[in-house]
Amino acid sequence: MKILKSLMVTAAVAVALMANAAHAENKKIALVVKALGIGFFEAANKGAQEAAKELGDVEVIYTGPTSTTAEGQIEVINSLIAQKVDAIAVSANDTDALVPALKKAMDRGIKVISWDSGVAKEGRLMHLNPSSSPLIGNMIIKLAADNLPEGGDVAVLSASATATNQNTWIAEMKKVQGNYKGINVVTTVYGDDLADKSYRETQGLIQSYPNLKAIIAPTSVGIVAAAQAVTDAGKIGQINVTGLGLPSEMAGHVKSGASKSFAIWNPIDLGYSATMIAYDLIGGAEAKPGAELKMGRMGTVKLDDNNEGAMADPFVYDASNVEEFAKIF
Amino acid sequence: MMAKLLKNREILLVVAIIALVALIALRFPAFVTPASFARVYNDTSILIILALGQMAVILTRCIDLSMAANLALSGMVAAMLNTAFPGLPIPFIILTAMALGGLLGMVNGTLVWKLNIPPIVVTLGTLTIYRGLIFLLTDGKWINAHEMSDAFKALPRLGLAGVPVLSWLSLLMIALMFLVMGRTPLGRAFYAVGGNPHAAVYTGIDVGRTRFFAYCLSGTLAGLSGYLWVSRYAVAYVDIAAGFELDIIAACVIGGISIAGGIGSVAGAVLGALFLGVIKNALPVINISPFAQMAISGTVIIIAVAVNARAEKRKGRVILRKAEAV
Repeated sequence: MKILKSLMVTAAVAVALMANAAHAENKKIALVVKALGIGFFEAANKGAQEAAKELGDVEVIYTGPTSTTAEGQIEVINSLIAQKVDAIAVSANDTDALVPALKKAMDRGIKVISWDSGVAKEGRLMHLNPSSSPLIGNMIIKLAADNLPEGGDVAVLSASATATNQNTWIAEMKKVQGNYKGINVVTTVYGDDLADKSYRETQGLIQSYPNLKAIIAPTSVGIVAAAQAVTDAGKIGQINVTGLGLPSEMAGHVKSGASKSFAIWNPIDLGYSATMIAYDLIGGAEAKPGAELKMGRMGTVKLDDNNEGAMADPFVYDASNVEEFAKIF
Repeated sequence: MMAKLLKNREILLVVAIIALVALIALRFPAFVTPASFARVYNDTSILIILALGQMAVILTRCIDLSMAANLALSGMVAAMLNTAFPGLPIPFIILTAMALGGLLGMVNGTLVWKLNIPPIVVTLGTLTIYRGLIFLLTDGKWINAHEMSDAFKALPRLGLAGVPVLSWLSLLMIALMFLVMGRTPLGRAFYAVGGNPHAAVYTGIDVGRTRFFAYCLSGTLAGLSGYLWVSRYAVAYVDIAAGFELDIIAACVIGGISIAGGIGSVAGAVLGALFLGVIKNALPVINISPFAQMAISGTVIIIAVAVNARAEKRKGRVILRKAEAV
């Protein structure tokens, strides 16, 4: 396994070096992922290649370990330092373990950013989050409101009552509730991220609120269970299930009509933006709190006190694109 | 006298369930309709089937903590079979899930029987092993609704005389278990082994072998439940039914099945499961905070067990006094 891994890394380095010889003037941006062969990251690479094409003088090196380990990523990073790449954009397997290797890279003038899964502050110039809590909170109620032009009762099916993520998103959602006229959030119930409990809570909602028009489930277990419960209750068309989910898990429920649309990050946009930001940093932009970095067609990202930024609204999936993305993640 | 006490306990449970339903009706009157009861029963069907298996094991002074993990593994394999070969007839898939569940139960049974390891340790170990196996099989990936065939998902929902097949299956299992426990040598052996293992040996019952069969039974029922669970919720992943083993054991304990073995009945297990089922289905509609919900569930279980424990204690004293008098 160890030998195989070193062989693969060597091969990757060799290929990269050869490519390097061909375009010596190109800027080299390495996209380091958690592991090779994962649909989500292959899609991110697609976005990175798109960015490279748009920029013209960029060559993207898509690489990562064969399994999701921090050790594997350190090996990859060390070989990238040896290759003298201009920037490294990494989705980390470990927040802290990569810091020494990435510090070494930054000492040699390599611009290091993290995206998707971040590294500790001292190991990178900036971190790109796919989205932010306010954006997610707004998106989940917007998804429900968009299909309810006349308004109506809406309920939230969350994970557990103590889940930090979900609670923050729901709190953010309630802040912007006033912007959506006629949308009446009647209750929040908790499915504890268990399929059976979420299913039962959904049945309870259907009974307790006969005029319920939509269920917002910002959890991947909950949204699937709610869609199934709505289907079984024969309420497709009356109650729309929406929230956050993965295309591969939701494809069937979108097709059946139980869910008209839902949202989650778009890995293609994420890879694209990470590459654009890395390019901006190579070009001399400085990553400091308050700075705005360019992300091409995705606009700009503003950094907070921790040098973190949010890319965009979660991406909306519906009948028109869910099949295509279901193959990716 | 004993028969009368046993009967009393079940009647007590029926009264408790009725009282519970009446309480719920105060806050949510729509709960007390035939359609609502049918839905609660249907929702509790899987728990009933599992509780029946657990009952057999507990009767023999053992415990099966691996039932939920067994359910998850058998369910996952059923889902994988269905995705890989969508043409496979559903009865064949169900039988495979039951056979696999039985096999996993056999592993538990063999370890308890031949190696004499305490049952709680054996099944705590296999619980993790079975969950781990699902991860190895799937790499943590989900099997989703659209990957399963329509027939696979439809069976438990099919209506037969207005009642879903899922409910019919649990009724069938209750009838079968009623026959097994009351009318077969194996069923009587479960009671004998749990009631007094030493005496059981003298009557020619192999204690280890009886326990082995109890585990096979609980495993097979867990396998059946695996298919039912996965097709009902139309999703299979590593963590399905996580923690459900505690609900199963709680159902048995509420139903008056003594953890010390030898005491319990099919009716008790079914009522215990129904009691939990009513609570689980009522809590979402009576509109109280999720934290209060947890506290209520726990309190109700402890009260039920306390009542049962008292009933058992009284009976034990009576027997002792009689023995002293002789």
